[in-house]
Amino acid sequence: MKNTVEIRWHGRGGQGAKTAALLLADVAFKTGKYVQGFPEYGPERMGAPITAYNRISEDPITVHSNIYEPRFVAVVDDSLLESIDVTAGLAKDGAIIINTAKPMEEIRPLLRGYEGQVTLIDARAISIEALGKNFPNSPMLAAVVAVSGVMEKDAFLSEMRASFLHKFAKKPEVIDGNMKALELAFDAV
Amino acid sequence: MAIRERLSGNEAVAYAIKQINPDVMPAFPITPSTEIPQYVATYIANGEIDTEFIHVESEHSAMSATLGACAAGARALTATSSCGMALMWEELYVAASDRLPIVLALVNRALTGPININADHSDSMGARDSGWIQIYAESNQEVYDNFLQAFPIAEHKDVQLPIMICQDGFITSHGVENILLVEDDLVKEFVGERNPEHYLLNPNEKMSVGPYAVSNYYMETKKAQREAMNNAKRVILEMAERFEKMTGRKYGFFEEYCMDDAEYAVVIIGSAAGTCKAAIDEIRQTTGKKVGLLKIRVFRPFPEEEIALALKDMKAIAILDRSEMFSATSGPLGAEVRAALYGVKSQAEVVNYFYGLGGRDITVDDFKVVYDKLEKIAETGEITDMYDYIGLRSR
Amino acid sequence: MISDRINEKSPWQDITEGNKIYEAATSREFCTGEWRTSTPVFDGMKCKQCLLCVPVCPDSSIPVKDQRRMAFDLDHCKGCGICAKVCPFGAITMREGK
Repeated sequence: MKNTVEIRWHGRGGQGAKTAALLLADVAFKTGKYVQGFPEYGPERMGAPITAYNRISEDPITVHSNIYEPRFVAVVDDSLLESIDVTAGLAKDGAIIINTAKPMEEIRPLLRGYEGQVTLIDARAISIEALGKNFPNSPMLAAVVAVSGVMEKDAFLSEMRASFLHKFAKKPEVIDGNMKALELAFDAV
Repeated sequence: MAIRERLSGNEAVAYAIKQINPDVMPAFPITPSTEIPQYVATYIANGEIDTEFIHVESEHSAMSATLGACAAGARALTATSSCGMALMWEELYVAASDRLPIVLALVNRALTGPININADHSDSMGARDSGWIQIYAESNQEVYDNFLQAFPIAEHKDVQLPIMICQDGFITSHGVENILLVEDDLVKEFVGERNPEHYLLNPNEKMSVGPYAVSNYYMETKKAQREAMNNAKRVILEMAERFEKMTGRKYGFFEEYCMDDAEYAVVIIGSAAGTCKAAIDEIRQTTGKKVGLLKIRVFRPFPEEEIALALKDMKAIAILDRSEMFSATSGPLGAEVRAALYGVKSQAEVVNYFYGLGGRDITVDDFKVVYDKLEKIAETGEITDMYDYIGLRSR
Repeated sequence: MISDRINEKSPWQDITEGNKIYEAATSREFCTGEWRTSTPVFDGMKCKQCLLCVPVCPDSSIPVKDQRRMAFDLDHCKGCGICAKVCPFGAITMREGK
């Protein structure tokens, strides 16, 4: 357990927080890690707050509980900050990564006294710049990888390119945009 | 070489089905098992397998069509969860008494009342007396491995019984984990073809299946089912041995984790066993206390003697049930394990806790509390709560 | 005969797996005619061979050959009397006893 990085994702139904967690599991798996990616399931309702989780480790993972003391938290939608205690149990030497266009002085007070690292990323703006559409998943994924350091930038990017090549085999035109979104986000944090 | 992958539990079962390429799959969707028929239907649509998928109007029909196909001579299976299996109730018993080696991919989910979609074992535990073999999994790897062994166990000439391969809803069914897959050709060789001696579509033999059995026949039929279940014990171990030769992964009736020198044991079924293992590792590293785990894999047939022998010298045992049976005393696992211990005159103190009902989470810390309680019970010889809950809010 | 191999005296080991029966039409071996307390009597003079009695018989006890009904199969007729009721010509009457 000591060598396991635990990450908790907060989003709203339909925004892709679960997909982002599964993507992170995927890419970490491809770099040779043991992974878990799983949602906290309930009735699936568009817009309702949802939670998803990742465990990433050098060793096999047997734990099957949710994550209560994550090292990193990713928030896909800043409107959750007022209703959900997103920093609950978050390690002081960890970090929270929030998708927002707002400045730090507006976000900090919403974090219920969390003293650790806070990283803000405007995933929406990055996505629109790179892809022309608001798909915050890719930039958020890159930001989480960059902040958590669960893998090296080069390995991450090359694995993501390979997986996009597979996923978008019939739409190769979106691959470069997605790769650009990843790089912009990686460098922004 | 095994294929390194990462899959959810549902994906793993669907992949096993693809590798087996069974003849017929009638299915009706229900959360959290829906993805299994969905993936299989995709494999069929893509021409990757030639399984006949039957769209049915209910789970009652799904199981009826599955047993019809199986009686006809096909290798047939279905998938369901919770209330879906409850609607199959009548056919579950028919499949067992007609001796049809059907495989059911069961994704465990709480039975409604109150309505809930999350994991517990009330669906399969309710069906524990239906005459089906039941094998449970801790992880995605285990549910995949168990599924590959399902048809060879069920179809064995000394068994000929239906089998359910169970996994915990959402926790493993929707959680992505690392998994080692077996190569297609090895799977095909391991699972083989179904060659029934008698089947309805045999043009050279006329046959009736499922005749009315008056009192003069019913009891003899039940005894024969019991004998087949008894044979299943041997066959399950034989298949586990064959499987180990192929993959190196060892299976039995149950897994003993840190039990060699253990004084305090937890007995549990399913995904929470993995969480318990993490607790054991921590406790042993930090305190050196002799804690262990007995994780039941095969619940039907119930390996009574083997479990009793593995547990009899413990100082204290906590049996953890993920379903109620409202006897106002034990849960199903608690009742059977305690009865088994009576047979070997064990002096172990035994408690029975309920956990995880309707998907309530159970954590590493919860298990630490359980082991603390066991130690205290063994020291004082006093049991204050024979039947207790883990994670229950109470005033 | 299947009843020579499996019957109400058979030990459990001798009963087929799942009670499956590996032959067809074994109900012929079971003489339900023994249950009869009244017996249909056929009057060939009144019969017009309309065959209405044939499909209503619950025990298939009215054999047909070359589109004409034959004598009752009294090994299987239970004496229910439906044939007598349905006959428009009074060609079937029920008599007390076997």
